[in-house]
Amino acid sequence: MSVVAAATVVSTLAACGGGDDGGGSSGGSGENEASDTGVTETSIKLGAHYPLTGVASPGYSEIPTGVTAYFDCLNKAGGVYDREIEFVYKDDTYNPAQTSQVTNELVLNDEIFAMMSGLGTPTHSAVVDFLNDEGVPDLFVSSGSLMWGDNPEEYPMSFGWQTDYESEGKIIGEYIANEFPDAKVGLFLQDDDFGEDGESGIRQYIDDQIVAAERYTPGNTNVGPQIAALQAAGADFVVGFNVPSYTALSQLTSLALGYDPQWFYSNVGSDPNLVGGLLNRFSEGKVTDAALLDGALTTGYLPTVDMTDNPWITEFQRIWDECGGEGELTNYRVYGMSQAYTMTQALQAAGQNPTREGLVEAVEAVGGEWEGPVFAPFRYSEDSHMGTGGMTIERIVGNGSEEVQPVRITDIGDAEIEEFDGEASTPPANAIPEEEAYEG
Amino acid sequence: MSDLQSSPSTAGKASDEAPVVATAGANATSASASTGRSLLPESTLLRHLLALVVFAVLAVVVLEVTTPYQNSQLATLTYYAIAAGGLTVLTGMNGQISLGHGALMAAGAYTTALFLDADEPLPLVVILLASILVAIIIGALVGVAAARLHGPYLAGATLALAVGLPGLAIYFHDIFGGEQGMRVRAPQAPESFDSFIQLVSGSAASSTKWLAYVGTICLLLTYFFLANLVRSRIGRTWRAVRDQEVAAELAGINLGAWRVLAFVVSAAAAGLAGAVLALVVRLAAPSGFTLVLSLSLLTAIVLGGLGSLTGALIGSALLVFLPPFARDMGASFGLDQTEAAQVAPFVYGVVLVVVMIFVPAGLVGTIRLRWMTRKAKRAMAQAHADGASSRG
Amino acid sequence: MDYFVNVTITGLTQGMIYSAFALALVLIWRSTRIVNFAQGSMAAATTFIALALIQAGASYWVALIVALVSGFVLGAVIERVIIRPVEGGPELNAVIVTLGLFVAIQALIAIIFGSSFQSFPTPFGVRGFELGDTTIPLTPTNLYVIAAVLVTMALLVALFRFTRIGLAMRASAFSQEVARLLGVKVGGMLTLGWGLAAVVGSLSGLLIAGGTFVYPAYMDSLIVFGFVAAIIGGLDSPVGAIVGGLILGLALSYVSGYAPRGSALVTISALVILIGVLLVRPGGLFSSSTARRA
Repeated sequence: MSVVAAATVVSTLAACGGGDDGGGSSGGSGENEASDTGVTETSIKLGAHYPLTGVASPGYSEIPTGVTAYFDCLNKAGGVYDREIEFVYKDDTYNPAQTSQVTNELVLNDEIFAMMSGLGTPTHSAVVDFLNDEGVPDLFVSSGSLMWGDNPEEYPMSFGWQTDYESEGKIIGEYIANEFPDAKVGLFLQDDDFGEDGESGIRQYIDDQIVAAERYTPGNTNVGPQIAALQAAGADFVVGFNVPSYTALSQLTSLALGYDPQWFYSNVGSDPNLVGGLLNRFSEGKVTDAALLDGALTTGYLPTVDMTDNPWITEFQRIWDECGGEGELTNYRVYGMSQAYTMTQALQAAGQNPTREGLVEAVEAVGGEWEGPVFAPFRYSEDSHMGTGGMTIERIVGNGSEEVQPVRITDIGDAEIEEFDGEASTPPANAIPEEEAYEG
Repeated sequence: MSDLQSSPSTAGKASDEAPVVATAGANATSASASTGRSLLPESTLLRHLLALVVFAVLAVVVLEVTTPYQNSQLATLTYYAIAAGGLTVLTGMNGQISLGHGALMAAGAYTTALFLDADEPLPLVVILLASILVAIIIGALVGVAAARLHGPYLAGATLALAVGLPGLAIYFHDIFGGEQGMRVRAPQAPESFDSFIQLVSGSAASSTKWLAYVGTICLLLTYFFLANLVRSRIGRTWRAVRDQEVAAELAGINLGAWRVLAFVVSAAAAGLAGAVLALVVRLAAPSGFTLVLSLSLLTAIVLGGLGSLTGALIGSALLVFLPPFARDMGASFGLDQTEAAQVAPFVYGVVLVVVMIFVPAGLVGTIRLRWMTRKAKRAMAQAHADGASSRG
Repeated sequence: MDYFVNVTITGLTQGMIYSAFALALVLIWRSTRIVNFAQGSMAAATTFIALALIQAGASYWVALIVALVSGFVLGAVIERVIIRPVEGGPELNAVIVTLGLFVAIQALIAIIFGSSFQSFPTPFGVRGFELGDTTIPLTPTNLYVIAAVLVTMALLVALFRFTRIGLAMRASAFSQEVARLLGVKVGGMLTLGWGLAAVVGSLSGLLIAGGTFVYPAYMDSLIVFGFVAAIIGGLDSPVGAIVGGLILGLALSYVSGYAPRGSALVTISALVILIGVLLVRPGGLFSSSTARRA
């Protein structure tokens, strides 16, 4: 950390947006050194694992393309402290044994500086011990499980990023208690920690309103019994903690059953652009009322591609057009770009010559103050590595959405839910952050 | 209906071919034993003990000259190879197909995870033995059902096993941790291991290396045990059950019991493999024991050469090293990382097809067949020459 | 009571999906004695061809016909080029070849068509019929699937029972030498068998895709259930495939609907049902074979 004494000035250089020579020299102090594994004078290597092939790959495989596009544009603008970000990601087919193999490869062979955005709860739990034992920063895991953030003593190197499922459940539960106090609520849950955490959050607020909780196991495509049970229990309001393909299945099954409750899908399963758009095309116009999902409620912690006048989306669209690959900007890609944005903040905060420990210290110390595309602040501190704890509630209209409740923030356990009093942030020039180096 | 005749016809088809490969292997080794009489011990057990020592030394050398990442790849290789070794005994020696050995590996892995979850876990050896035992019990149950089935019916039943058994971990999530599984903390390496590594390499031992050694020791012991079993009366009886069903039965062999025994032995190997997997992967979760795992094992033994332990090892090595190789090849041709990842399974699939078409007896089986053919020719030529000279 | 009806009907419609898949497995087994693991991928491939046509503006029916024709070509070519060399070889080699095809074709689909979710249309409605003031979970699309599967089954039964080609196909699969002696062009029959099986497989892929998401691996979850259904039925009988699919769909729906957290028990139940059936009838329900002596 000693090297970064004068680096505060330097940190703004990235935002100068200029060519390479706008870089380290302008700070006038210190030179880039190969300060730790994966860091050279001219580059920083980051790694990640995603399902790029197989059953879990649809959607998720788009996340790294978003990350890569963001870093490519960042590198063109001079990178971080004149270092290029090299982002290496590998396919784990959503199989923990493969995750373990590719993580070994990333850490031991490719010698990454830090892991970022590793995706999935069962997959990432296979490597969380290894990464922490090896002292590899494990930033911004792409999963809303509590495991990455609620116990920094056990996992000092790991950090969550998105809103955890329990906090999401609490915000949903409070909203239902306030706005739909007479609703008979049914829960449609994926049978794992995702559904469990969500359920425990919701039950903190509306335990007595819940008339049924039905669970499905992924891979089992007949959800008829579950939806029929919700119908039979008289639920007129259904909250789904499920993945996108099961949003579609639950909608189609309800259609067949003639069951029409108020739907509320958690963030993971809602992506109105994806699910709504797809459902519209299912039946060559046979599903006539504009959109099946129309009127369904959902939560949000990131801007989505339908918010075309959101300044972050405008910037991300530009980045995708300039530095992205084939295809359109999707919400998965926005997710990846947003993570890359946070990662850039973390690297800037880690200073001119970052070390793995310094990176983690910086995130703990200043990560809670960062502003970015994510609506509400992260909860990073010495005692918590949880990601953002805030969410809006939105109503799906057509292929877009409108806000019905502004951002409210909370934490796990019995923490209160509060109104978020901050302003919505606007992107800095070129959507490249300008964080100061944290000097410990 | 054609069923009546069809089942024997397929059974016949299977046993027509399998023996060629398997007995080719068997003959080859016994042949080499007789020719190499001067140097190698006569007793099979002694010879295998000697081989065990040689391979153990070789393994230490390999583990010490390779990088930590290659260590971890070798650790992965060991659990595939242990399970494939057991499977090749079942399928190659006894002629029973199983698409469900991934489930038996899950049994071993979860046993290890449960035992290591205790506040003061038992010694690792005991835990590994317990994992084997649990797999044996499940394997015996499955084996009893499997002994009555054949061909595609056995394939289907074991396929359902591969998918069904890991599902129990989701249902009993309070015990087995549900979909996100149970994290496994491998016990620390004993001090003697550290000093051993210090001695041979002069550097400190990492946990990756420790796990690679655990896997390698398990692999060597398993193959030693299996190799002896295959050469023993038990192995001969299994081949008789496979090749000469009726004759074996007339000779008083209880076909069902021997089939169950084969299943139990291979289940034991799968259980140990699962335990090693849990240690190496540091997790036992349902998504680690998908159908893909079971099918990969079958692929490994057929690619390598059915009925041969060497073949099982080579096939397992292909499973571990081929996909990353294909991916890196793709990347070096300028594909982006996502495209390269998609190319890897394509190459893998194509290799399976190509090997089966051009090397139908598997890699080891084909080499052995070639070698034997050449030897037979030479022997013929020799005999011919002898005849000629005696006449002259 | 409503609940029971709902669980029953959704089970039956899901069962019909299994049947569709099982039917193609049965056909390929009857004509070549190979269990084709690549069938899911092959069906997915033709489904994506159909989807590309539909997205280009073609009607569903045109796309369906193109998919079936391309299925036939794909099946025939695969038999000629890839399966022929391993036919008559070790049984396991054919299994490994179809596994290799399964992996390779799926990867190829992802490379060509991408691996994101896409929706596949159905030409019929997806709302349940209304009876009085209740809705039963039977949709026009379900009826289409049921009709298509039953018609296909009837055609297959007729082919095998009443036509010379069907007889020749069975003979070729059963014993190549004998068939050859009887003057059957065995090679042609095997190619024809794969082609026809791939047509049925393509149909099942389109029926399964109709009104839901497709992605390169969308058939994966059906491989196990389809295979189990085929085996319950006896692997050799088109009628058995239908019955096996319906039994499986129905039983799993009851497990899922009535056992606590039943959805998690579905896969293990499939195993129990299969083992149960095979212990009583080792050759499946619609077979006349006897138990293996043990």
